[in-house]
This record gives sequence, C-alpha cells and structure tokens, in this order.
Amino acid sequence: MVSLLDIIGPVMVGPSSSHTAGACRIGLFARGLIDGQPESARVELHGSFARTGAGHGTDRAIAGGLLGFFPDDERLRESLELARAAGLEISFANAKLRGEHHPNTARIIVRRGKRTASVTGSSLGAGRILITDIDGFAVEVTGAFPTLVFVAQDVPGIIAAVSSALARQGDNIATMKVSRRQKGGDAIHIYELDQPASPQAMAAIRDIPALSMIRSIARIS
Amino acid sequence: MYESLVEAVAEAEAEQISLGELALRAEAREGLKTSAEIEAALARALAVMRSAVKRGLIGDLRSVSGLVGGDAERLSRPVGPLAGTVFTDVLAAALAVQEVNAAMGVIVAAPTAGGAGVLPGVLLGLAKHRPVEDAALIRALATAGLVGAVIAVRASLSGAEGGCQAETGAAAGMAAAAGVELLGGSPTVAAHAVALTMQGTLGLVCDPLGGLVEVPCVYRNATGGAMALAGIEMALAGVTFPIPVDEVIDTMGEIGRSMDVRYRETAGGGLAATPTGRRLAKERLVQLKGKRE
Repeated sequence: MVSLLDIIGPVMVGPSSSHTAGACRIGLFARGLIDGQPESARVELHGSFARTGAGHGTDRAIAGGLLGFFPDDERLRESLELARAAGLEISFANAKLRGEHHPNTARIIVRRGKRTASVTGSSLGAGRILITDIDGFAVEVTGAFPTLVFVAQDVPGIIAAVSSALARQGDNIATMKVSRRQKGGDAIHIYELDQPASPQAMAAIRDIPALSMIRSIARIS
Repeated sequence: MYESLVEAVAEAEAEQISLGELALRAEAREGLKTSAEIEAALARALAVMRSAVKRGLIGDLRSVSGLVGGDAERLSRPVGPLAGTVFTDVLAAALAVQEVNAAMGVIVAAPTAGGAGVLPGVLLGLAKHRPVEDAALIRALATAGLVGAVIAVRASLSGAEGGCQAETGAAAGMAAAAGVELLGGSPTVAAHAVALTMQGTLGLVCDPLGGLVEVPCVYRNATGGAMALAGIEMALAGVTFPIPVDEVIDTMGEIGRSMDVRYRETAGGGLAATPTGRRLAKERLVQLKGKRE
C-alpha cells in the first residue's frame, strides 16, 4: 500500500533518500540495539555505499543515526565532528560482505560498556530500510514499528510468556518472527508492535528466565 | 490510494471534487492517520519546500563534491527571453531545492531526493505570480501525491529501477497535475497535463557523474519543471493526449524495465561515462576519500 506521505516525504537532509536517509536509519537501529549512545562503532560499507557513500554523506548519516539524529536533523552534516566531541569513536571501512546483499548495505558493530551488537542493514530506496542480520541471526526488520528484540534459549513457552506479558498491558503485536542459528540453539525473537512496549510489560518480560539481550527499539521512521 | 489515475479522475469528476480532495479523503480512509494529521504533514512539507527554495536562492551553497551550487541564484536574475515570467521562477526554485539537497540541506523527497526540486519549483514558481492560499497548495501537494502513488504501483519511482524518467519524469507528471489543480483546472485536464508532460520524459536515463545526486540531477530538476509547465500550458489550452494517462505511465514502467543497467543510476553510461564525466568523478571521489581519512 502506497501512502500519500510516502510520496510527498520524508522531510530529510539530502542528497539521497537511499544513501543518506536510509543510512541514518540503519545507524539509529544499531543505537537502539545497545539502548543508547555507543562508545565505539565500526562501520563496514558494502556495494554502492562503499563506492559512492562519501559523496552522499553516508558516513555522516550513519554517524548521525548512532548519535540519535533522525533523517531530517541538520546536525547530520556535522555528525562526524559531533561524534568525536561526544566520545563516540567511529571507524569506517569499505568491505565486501559475505553472502547476498542489496547494493546499499552496511554492517555496524557497536559497543556501549559491556553491551555489543552487530547489525547489518540495507537501504531499499525512498528512505526505507531492512535490517537483515542481528548478531549473526538472519532477520527481517523494517524499523517502521516500535520493535521488541530478545534472544531466547530454545525452550517451549517463551512466546506464550512474552505475548501474555504484552497482552496484560494491552500492547498489541503487529508482526512476530523467530529465527535460530541451529536446532536447540538460541533463537532471536522480533516483535513489531503498534505502540512501544509499556514499561510494565518490559519489566515482566525481563523477569522471564532464558531471555537475554532484551531491547525495546523506538520506531525509526 | 488509487492504482489508476483514470479511475481516480472519473470518481473525482462524478463527485465534483478536485483530485487533491479525493486524495486526502482516500488517505484518511486508509486509517493510518487522521485527516488533520495528513494535512499537518503536508503543511510541514510545504514549509520545508519554501525554506529550501529560499535557502538555495542565496547562492552560497556548494555540493559535497563541489561540482554544483550557485546556479539557482543566477536564475533569480535572468537576462534571457523569459525573464520575469513564471518559467524562470520555476527553473530558479527547482535548482534552488536541488542545490540545497546536494549540499546536505533539508528537503522533502517528492517523490525522491533526486527529483525533489520539480514539485516545489512548479508550485512555488506559480504561487509567486498569483495570490494562492496555503490550503490550495496543500491540496495541490495531495494531488501530486496521488499521481506519484499511481506511478509507484504501475511503474516505478526509482532511478535504479527505471532511470530518470521514474524520478524527475515522475516528479514532472506529479507537478503537472498539481499545477493544473492550483490553477483551477478540472481533474480531466490534470490527467491530460500528466500525460502531455510524461510523454516528454519517456526514456530519460539516470546517468549521474560518479553516482552522486549532482550532475546532471540538479539541472534535470529544472528541465523537469519546464516539462511540467509545457504539459500544464497545453492541457489548460484544451490540448488532449490520445493515449490515456494510465497507459503513458505503464509505458514508462515498461521502458524502465527494458533499460540497460548502465542507465539506471550505476554511473556506467550516459553523461557519467563520457571522458569528462569519468575524469570529474575520479578527481572528486579521490578528493572525498582523502577528506574522510
């Protein structure tokens, strides 16, 4: 479904909806995965991001996203300098990521204290993105919804416990996906919600044993 | 939103409302946002378009690579045969927005960042020459959005998929319908304006130097605005185009799908592959890499 506001929008810092606005959103998602400002980030630019990223400010857009700036924030222009001032150590490298990837793809490895995360995301055009990998788990996340992410041991009853924790607070689930690296291994759970998970639901989810890396990520578009 | 402009026009004519009103109603019916939220978002888009034109016309901006900038200001004091007319104001405003875009300023993707100058160029160029209320401009943006949504579904809005005909060409078609609505033309006239404009942008390739949204993108937004003015002028004069607008849009999609990959934003053909295009791209990209390290 195409919305009027997808066509007349987004309001964004130029020059490219894919190389700038989309790149910023991948940075925002990486920030969400460690629940705040990273202390360090390594960014690997793949395909067209590597080839023409510098001219499109892709590096500045990703750095801005890591700082929590949205695509329409004029501070994106100075984000590399602002990152340095904020104590965010950020390095960029061109890379040929393994496997099949969209031409506009970046992998970002972020660290904040003991928290680390690796996220691969592609910019699909018109500022829309798709996160394809989180910490080695294959995923499909758009960031267009408030997103709940966690890793769970492969035991029965996890989905029931989490969905009832959400339902008790009236938090509605739009989509849900589970993927695991191998049978019996940990699985990543991704819930896209209509509204951000309420603090009460998050507290109840944190009490569920067998879960780790529990994150509530705000919508990034 | 609609998947056929022909159907949308028939519905608007039957209900005796404009395409913009029809679009606003259809969007609200989809239920993601209320009418007030939709109109507020379009009002914000209009404000950003205005400030981008104003910013670009100052003339002090340079693009990230340094290849473009300052031309909008030149067009704000034109000396050619069309000086003082809507035409040069449309060119100036379209260039202004694209120069802001190329310098990492704030714009409204409409439908994309690379084609973002055409719609504000046409609408604000027209508004400079007659009293127009913001509400009318907002309805005109909704009209443009409806046209863009139909193009997105039937063809493409991505240069990587369909060449520049899918970016500045689509933007010109959107601007033509919006311009007709702003000037009081009927939905039927607006549809002819889209067809008359887009027949002129069919086949347009996407060939940016170094893959950057600079050359020729900035200038193609100005010529896209000119194409929209041609469509508006002909349609308001009563010229009709014999191929229905949906079929013109389908043709754009068909041409895009059969377009060689060199002409779809890869910088492998067209102006990007000329000796000078290659040399400039190499010089500028090397310079940029140096800046980053």
